[in-house]
Amino acid sequence: MSMRGRLTTVVVLFLVGVGVVVLCVATFLKPGTPGGVTDFTKSQPAGQPVHLLAQVVGSIGFGPHPTWVSYMVMNPTTHKWVQDTTWKLPAHTKIDMTIEQFDSGSPLRNQEWGQIQGTIGNSMQLNGKTVSVYNSFTGTGVGHTFAVPTLGISVPLVGVNGSDTLCGEGPCSTKMPHNEITFSFNTKGPGNFPWQCFVPCGLGWLFGNGGPMSTQNFMGGFLDVVNS
Amino acid sequence: MNDEPRHLRRMTIIWLIISVIADVLFWFLLGPHMAPGRLTSTAKADQFDFNFLAVIALPVMIAIWVFMGYSIRTWSAKRAGVPEPVGGEAARSHKGAIVSWMVITTVIVLFLAGFGTVALISDHGSGGGEGPNPIWSPTGATSAETAALTTSDSWSPSSGKVLVVQVIAQQWKFTYRYPAFGGFETTQLMLPTDTSIAFNVTSLDVIHSFWAYQLGVKADANPMLNNVAFTDTQQPGSFVVRCSELCGLWHGAMFDYGKVVSKTAFMTWATNTETANAANTKDLAPFAWTYVPDANGASGGYYIDGGVTPYSKAELYGAKPSS
Repeated sequence: MSMRGRLTTVVVLFLVGVGVVVLCVATFLKPGTPGGVTDFTKSQPAGQPVHLLAQVVGSIGFGPHPTWVSYMVMNPTTHKWVQDTTWKLPAHTKIDMTIEQFDSGSPLRNQEWGQIQGTIGNSMQLNGKTVSVYNSFTGTGVGHTFAVPTLGISVPLVGVNGSDTLCGEGPCSTKMPHNEITFSFNTKGPGNFPWQCFVPCGLGWLFGNGGPMSTQNFMGGFLDVVNS
Repeated sequence: MNDEPRHLRRMTIIWLIISVIADVLFWFLLGPHMAPGRLTSTAKADQFDFNFLAVIALPVMIAIWVFMGYSIRTWSAKRAGVPEPVGGEAARSHKGAIVSWMVITTVIVLFLAGFGTVALISDHGSGGGEGPNPIWSPTGATSAETAALTTSDSWSPSSGKVLVVQVIAQQWKFTYRYPAFGGFETTQLMLPTDTSIAFNVTSLDVIHSFWAYQLGVKADANPMLNNVAFTDTQQPGSFVVRCSELCGLWHGAMFDYGKVVSKTAFMTWATNTETANAANTKDLAPFAWTYVPDANGASGGYYIDGGVTPYSKAELYGAKPSS
């Protein structure tokens, strides 16, 4: 092969190699699902409490991972359920949060998360009843938690009876078996605060923390607190 | 008679003067501000060790720089009257210089290895995790650890006892148990001043690493293993705790802040937290060095899992409660 031919071959192989690397990196960095931000800063007059309605469904029912457990949130503008886990909230505002929990439960891996922390009064309302500690080794256990570690918030989401006919895919109707958990907390200054579930609910992954526990828009996200 | 000046003596004098100035300036000006500070005995020892190493290393570095600078200045080919460097006799190596360099650097390295070993032992592991059976324990650590397992542990400002603190890592948060106060668990890490602390670090899932930077403490958190690290707190202050083992999606968010407070303030906090958490503490698993994992996902049972003992058979440090 001539020198020119060799040179051409080397350049072509180099470009192919670079292309493969770029493709791999781009594929790796691509998020598992398209994600958005649900904006609650304009859902009420400034200074008034924000009402945030979310639900946890045992299987999302659509998208690339229809069998995965997931949070959903009610968009305050369109009043439609969306699979966003980044919620834009106003700073220095009371957040009244309601979570409809449609998934079954089990004992917590760490019962520490059975204690309600960081909410106003360090308590929650479970189907209208005030609870400050929930023993996950009793009753129907805990299905998931809503926790914002950097704000010290941790709320156990008590599971429903697994032997009932449960909601098959989100969004779920409140006619299906569920627990309604309500609590309030105050946002502080602006910042980006990650939140997550502390129940290793990624079934099938080592220690249960893969899959939906390690993919944005399923069991974790951000509270994007901004000045309104 | 050779008119050539005594270059080696010149270089030695220059090196000596610069080295003394650099060492003195470093020791008194920079040294007190070097990481990780002086919040604990291990942090203070880390700082001392670093400064000591720097004071030893600076003259070595300066020797090289002086030799290089002097050579460029004195034997540069571009200077008038200086012959071009040539091979032959003038280019031969100097046996004495080579041997001296090897001997001196070897002595320095061996001395520092000895120094590091002594520092590691005298400071009870220098804040590093020593595994489940530490060989460099402070006085009273074994009895405190034994008491922790037998639920007979106690601590008060005047007791002078080692305070046992269990660090439990999980994806993606550290929590802390205080066996001397009923075994309550909390997300806050508070420590009393002037107290020996025995951190018992474990994990409920993957490998994490407990890194309390300003305390000079760093210990891997492994599932099914108790990793013990010691330190002695000295003065009040705040510190940061970070996970230093890449552990998944929220690894970057796995941090929190701790405080070293006065003994009385700690006692007040501990007793208040013990009372506030009492309802949940009774539901926690019995205090143990490790907790049985359930690797398959959501079901709990990480703590008491049927008939499985929560104690790892590998855990030998401290006595186990009788079954």
